[in-house]
Amino acid sequence: MQPKNPPNPGRRKFLTYTTSFLGIIGAFFTAIPFVSAFKPSAKAEAAGAPVKVDLSKLLPGEMMTVEWRGRPVFVVNIPKENTNFITKNLERLADPTMEDPSQPDYAKNDIRSRKEGIAVLTGVCTHLGCAPKYYPEAKPEDFDSNWQGGFFCPCHGSKFDLVGRVYANVPAPTNLVVPPHFFEKDNLLVIGSDGVS
Amino acid sequence: MRENTIGKKSLDWVDSRFPVVDLFERHLSKYYSPSNINIWYLFGFLLLIVLVMQILTGLWLMMNYTNTAEGAFSSIEYIMRDVDYGWLIRYMHAGGASAFFALIYLHMFRGMMYGSYQKPRELIWVGGWFVYVLLCAEGFTGYVLPWGQMSFWAAQVIISLVGSIPYFGEDLAIWIRGDYIVSGITLSRLFAFHVVLLPILIIAVVFFHILALHEIGSNNPDGIDVKKHTDQDGVPLDAKPFFPYDITHDFYALGVFLIIFCSVIFFFPEGGGYIIEYVNYEPANPLSTPAHIVPSWYYTPFYAMLRAIDFPLFGLTAKFLGFVVMAAGIAIFAALPWLDRSPVKSIKYKGIYSKAFLTGFVISFFVLAYLGSVPPTEIKNMLAKVFTFIYFAYFLLMPIYTKFEECKPVPERVGDTA
Repeated sequence: MQPKNPPNPGRRKFLTYTTSFLGIIGAFFTAIPFVSAFKPSAKAEAAGAPVKVDLSKLLPGEMMTVEWRGRPVFVVNIPKENTNFITKNLERLADPTMEDPSQPDYAKNDIRSRKEGIAVLTGVCTHLGCAPKYYPEAKPEDFDSNWQGGFFCPCHGSKFDLVGRVYANVPAPTNLVVPPHFFEKDNLLVIGSDGVS
Repeated sequence: MRENTIGKKSLDWVDSRFPVVDLFERHLSKYYSPSNINIWYLFGFLLLIVLVMQILTGLWLMMNYTNTAEGAFSSIEYIMRDVDYGWLIRYMHAGGASAFFALIYLHMFRGMMYGSYQKPRELIWVGGWFVYVLLCAEGFTGYVLPWGQMSFWAAQVIISLVGSIPYFGEDLAIWIRGDYIVSGITLSRLFAFHVVLLPILIIAVVFFHILALHEIGSNNPDGIDVKKHTDQDGVPLDAKPFFPYDITHDFYALGVFLIIFCSVIFFFPEGGGYIIEYVNYEPANPLSTPAHIVPSWYYTPFYAMLRAIDFPLFGLTAKFLGFVVMAAGIAIFAALPWLDRSPVKSIKYKGIYSKAFLTGFVISFFVLAYLGSVPPTEIKNMLAKVFTFIYFAYFLLMPIYTKFEECKPVPERVGDTA
């Protein structure tokens, strides 16, 4: 039997379009749980959340290690008398002007930080991922007779200055990475968020 | 009486409910392929066999594999050492992946050489291209599963490529990883893709590819349309049925293939580090990057392109541009049917420019494959740029050189000299 033509083609067309339209909306909302389930779960989010660090007990010259997203982050209180080494030692550095994007834009300055005297650095050597050691004082060391203070990686001898800039002619190719950070209060550092810039 | 045998009766019973005889005839005994097809026409069959082998071995591996960051690496060791013949099944699967790519590259080159993508086979070609893309995804996701150092860092590098997309790239990368760094969450979703989603898609698109092929029929090295000359029953004169003629050749080829494949599996299962990389015998360590990250050999041409683009352009970062060029290197194959303006199909009858550009393409593919597998130096980076250019020139200049070059006349029938 041949199907009969609809008695009211305009009405049929209207119903087809509206049904399809609602169907598409329904499909869109159905997709939401599937797309959302792909996002980091609450557990992953908690593990990757920004960490707050109280710096009031960090004395000049001291360094503390904070874990953020499974990696060590070095927070250094650079003593006043050492800050001039940061600007004096540039000719020995590979990338003193920080052309490589291993820091957020707001840290692309002389102090590589948002606050004078506080360096925030991911403690993972950019060569093969070892943890560099902290040698703050400017005095002759076994690995460098003219040491100006900074970080030395014991694995393959990469050297970084106090704000994590890499020396020339060492295995590490780039400066230590500065993670996103901001100061919520004067002594309250938040690592893992750019905050309000 | 033959008509009354049990076999005949049962066949009739089934056939009146499901078209077995019709399917057998349409796709095998009355499916005709040109009489002049050559050794290049064996790879499709071999690919199908490798697909079956990958599904079978994959299923067996999955029975003993653990898809967590804590358990994955040791479950592979367990398969290798404690499961009876586990080593063989794993080597078949890993070697099968390499064989899959070797065969698909030969299969694709056949299509490019003989113009098999041209009208009316555009959809066969695009379908096959899509199988290749899915296979690339399947290869990548599978590579991550052993959770060794290369697995981890390959996942890290490839997923962070997505992060180079302007504006939403970083969020997209986090969405894909399901975490801020590559983690067990990422591993288990790649596992789900590798064993469920991608295989289903691959099987579906392969089915589409073969169905489209059987609608139109195979091309041949001369690019002659064999359907033009038929006998009174409509059977092409310059063709023979797939069953039993072609399938006999195909099984012979399978024998040769298996000799080579088994030699590799038994005597060089790691393929000198090309099938299974040595660095991957160390468990994944998020805190330590291997000195030299290389992808599997079958991705190295595209990896070389990625590294060749080391300059920003039009306000886009070098990293993003490299990603775009790499993706374009894979995507551009799909456009071939519409880039080729030549009146003839086969390279045999095309002009000198087509021959030169195809040769250039093949050389650049091999050179890029080499460059992508070695650490970069300044001179190698320069070479990668040059050969990336030649690679794309083959495609992008095709509408021009195929239109203006002089072609030889194509013979009317197979065996004719034009």
